Amino acid sequence: MEFFRIKRDIPFMSWGKYTTAISLATFVLSVFFLFSKGLNLGVDFTGGTVMEVGYSQTADLGKVRSIIAKLGMTDVSVQNFGTSRDILIRLPAKPDVSSARLSETVMAALRQDDNSVEMRRVEFVGPQVGAELVENGALALLVVSFGIVAYLAMRFEWKFGVAGIIANLHDVVIILGFFAFFQWEFSLTVLAAILAILGYSVNESVVVFDRIRENFRKMRKATVAQTIDNAITRTMSRTIITHGSTQMVVVSMLLFGGEALHYFALALTIGILFGIYSSVLVASPILMLLGVSREDIVKPEKKKEETEALP
Amino acid sequence: MNRYPLWKYLIIVVSVLLGLLYTLPNFFGESPAVQVSPLRSAAKVDTALLQRVEDTLKKANLPASGMFLEAGSIKARFTDTDMQLKAKDALQSALGNNYVVALNLLPNSPQWLTGIGALPMYLGLDLRGGVHFMLQVDMQGALSKALDRHSADIRGSLREQKIQYAGLDKEGSQITVKFRDAESRARAETEISKAYGDLSLRQQDVSGEFHLTATLKDEAQKRIQNSAVQQNITTLRNRVNELGVAEPIIQQAGADRVVVQLPGVQDTAKAKDILGRTATLEVRMVDEERDVEAAMRGQIPFGTELHTERGGGPLLLKKQVVLTGDRINDAQAGFDSNNQPAVHINLDNNGSRIFKQLTRDNVGKRMAILLIEKNQVEVVTAPVIREEIGGGRVQISGRMTSEEARDVALLLRAGALAAPMDIIEERTVGPSLGADNISRGFNSTLYGFLAVAVFMSIYYLMFGFISVMALGVNLLLLIGLLSILQATLTLPGMAAIALTLGMAIDANVLINERIRDELRNGLSPQAAINAGYERAFGTILDSNITTLISGIALFAFGSGPVKGFAVVLCLGILTSMFSAVMVSRGIVNLMYGSRRKLEKVPIGQVWKPVSDKR
Repeated sequence: MEFFRIKRDIPFMSWGKYTTAISLATFVLSVFFLFSKGLNLGVDFTGGTVMEVGYSQTADLGKVRSIIAKLGMTDVSVQNFGTSRDILIRLPAKPDVSSARLSETVMAALRQDDNSVEMRRVEFVGPQVGAELVENGALALLVVSFGIVAYLAMRFEWKFGVAGIIANLHDVVIILGFFAFFQWEFSLTVLAAILAILGYSVNESVVVFDRIRENFRKMRKATVAQTIDNAITRTMSRTIITHGSTQMVVVSMLLFGGEALHYFALALTIGILFGIYSSVLVASPILMLLGVSREDIVKPEKKKEETEALP
Repeated sequence: MNRYPLWKYLIIVVSVLLGLLYTLPNFFGESPAVQVSPLRSAAKVDTALLQRVEDTLKKANLPASGMFLEAGSIKARFTDTDMQLKAKDALQSALGNNYVVALNLLPNSPQWLTGIGALPMYLGLDLRGGVHFMLQVDMQGALSKALDRHSADIRGSLREQKIQYAGLDKEGSQITVKFRDAESRARAETEISKAYGDLSLRQQDVSGEFHLTATLKDEAQKRIQNSAVQQNITTLRNRVNELGVAEPIIQQAGADRVVVQLPGVQDTAKAKDILGRTATLEVRMVDEERDVEAAMRGQIPFGTELHTERGGGPLLLKKQVVLTGDRINDAQAGFDSNNQPAVHINLDNNGSRIFKQLTRDNVGKRMAILLIEKNQVEVVTAPVIREEIGGGRVQISGRMTSEEARDVALLLRAGALAAPMDIIEERTVGPSLGADNISRGFNSTLYGFLAVAVFMSIYYLMFGFISVMALGVNLLLLIGLLSILQATLTLPGMAAIALTLGMAIDANVLINERIRDELRNGLSPQAAINAGYERAFGTILDSNITTLISGIALFAFGSGPVKGFAVVLCLGILTSMFSAVMVSRGIVNLMYGSRRKLEKVPIGQVWKPVSDKR
């Protein structure tokens, strides 16, 4: 079986104008939503308390709300979580109340009403910890980006590094844009997913770049655009299959991983889809834009001759 | 060209065997157990204790399915949790207060596996259920407490040396001692600077009074803060031991933070309560010379405070602390002569001396015993001193329930916190969610693996199947490695296992596509296999290193669950490099390498653009 039977090299580079336009549009849209709607930051970053409680029958959200309201707490969100029997309660951080006790108070009140209620999970993050997590998250993103640029620059050339990281940061911004548009909860695990995707997507660019480098050595007569087109076309099949395989696992996570892994898997899905797009149609045009040439890779003094002749 | 030397095959075989061996314990599961360990070093764990445990269980008709004596504790395994709970109660009442009896889970794997250090993976709190706290130590509080101690001590030394002083105040971060003449101040200064190296002293003359101000030196402040964190950790450890938790983790995190993890704790409210309490004891004298009525109207006399006795009326107490909870050796709950719940306290030598002197000097007066929690001061009792009390035995009984008496005794026994602490992060996972999370993570991995396996086998036929075998080895090695390292496995960690499987297959896809490519270019089957593996390796290395960079950054900056994710991601990348390249090559070499005439590579259809039809 072979999915990809491509006769001629696909002229990806000549589509550069359109793909850049598409990328720019999605990018600008994402940035727009990020600023207009903002991320729905989870308790990890904002500080506050999240409680997950389980009932033996379908939970009565209205009653739970009124019980909590009676405790004098405001800005509380109560919603179903996964099943109709599980509910998630979010209590905002209050500077004056020792919020570690907050969950106990709520739990006691709920238990008084219905003895079958079961505490499944409590997460409390103090505001100072939340601020630190934001800081560390940003720092991690920065370190990963620089690390990748440095590695690609060392292994290839600085233009490759820059092109690779722009393409992948473009993915990151688009993932964030999705999370802002749909107001999905952005938690610490989602951040982990995004950073993992950053590393993973760069793979894709690396594979294409690897071929480009190889082609620069082999295809001496071809133009830069032809060289890149050939590299992309020849790695297409691998690109789709690997991403497909990874996506299969991620789908399995979406289906069986429950609520806890839902947004994690969702972030990976978006990351994988846009990863394919960006490494093929964003990274390479940028590489062209930066004016990559054969001389960047094949040093004038000539290393060793490749014997193989290729189209 | 597609042959491996024997040593390469040996490496593969040995690593797979090791992987199998160390993955094995994960299949046996765990059974409920009770763990008995000594609370104080005085109590010994030996065969005699083992005998006692055995007898107790026999008497209670609770047969243990296994019992071991190891590394300072006795563990008894039971078939169900019901029996485990009963056994815990039976043992606790039989062994008394000197031992901690805690619930635990023990791996069911056979002894020889445990013997070679093959243990199941260490599950994080989100998988086994439990409590995680991060506490922040109030450093200002630590300094203020140290200053309190110093003022009491200075008072004592001045009195001992018979140096007259007019007053002693603690304000902010300094102590001011007032003298009537310069001569006694000079004497006091030499005396204090000799006895208390931590203080820097300064003379000051204020409106005809001779003041001596003392502040803590910088290095002393630093030391006090450090030791406050250390003492808090010790105290927390004592308290956790009293709670009976099997494998608690209590460690310093950063300069002023402490992380406490209590796996498997069911009663989180109680745990939070006991950990967060800053209960400390103070003994002060009641000021009976001044007017309580006036104080209640708001005119509180200088140097006193207004408090209310539990179940009694208002009291005017001197600010001066005579004795603190630091001087307590032991505290036990019990009953007083009127059969009321009481706490019996044993003071240490120093404390006994102070208490004896205090009671001798103040017969007929009232003293107050205060319990201080989170800036809330409560006068537990304020008895009249009838006679001199020696021997350091004090009894507090003041309208408390026996439950309260037990808690107070526990807190006093475990020692006071050197400084107040706040819970700044809490993650509690109930046991049922933990079990759910395990099955979710497991199913995600299982079905993801199956989907990839089916697809690979169909798309690349035999070579796809070999890739799947390599992927299986990868999973085996990863779980084996996690078991050996006893790295904490969290739910994101399980997600990372699934994810690395999805990513690891990338290497094999690269190789297989390369082989097809080389075949398309007309290379002979053997040469194509060789070239495919050789050429793909550089790409595999590059692409894995970028993911590794992400993993390491996540590990460095991540916290809690994210760290768990990062560890698995990094390990998964390393094992996948080995299995995808070396193991799959090994299998291929073994199957095809020795064939002289390999007509066709079973890697699925290889489509060539030249012959257009097909």
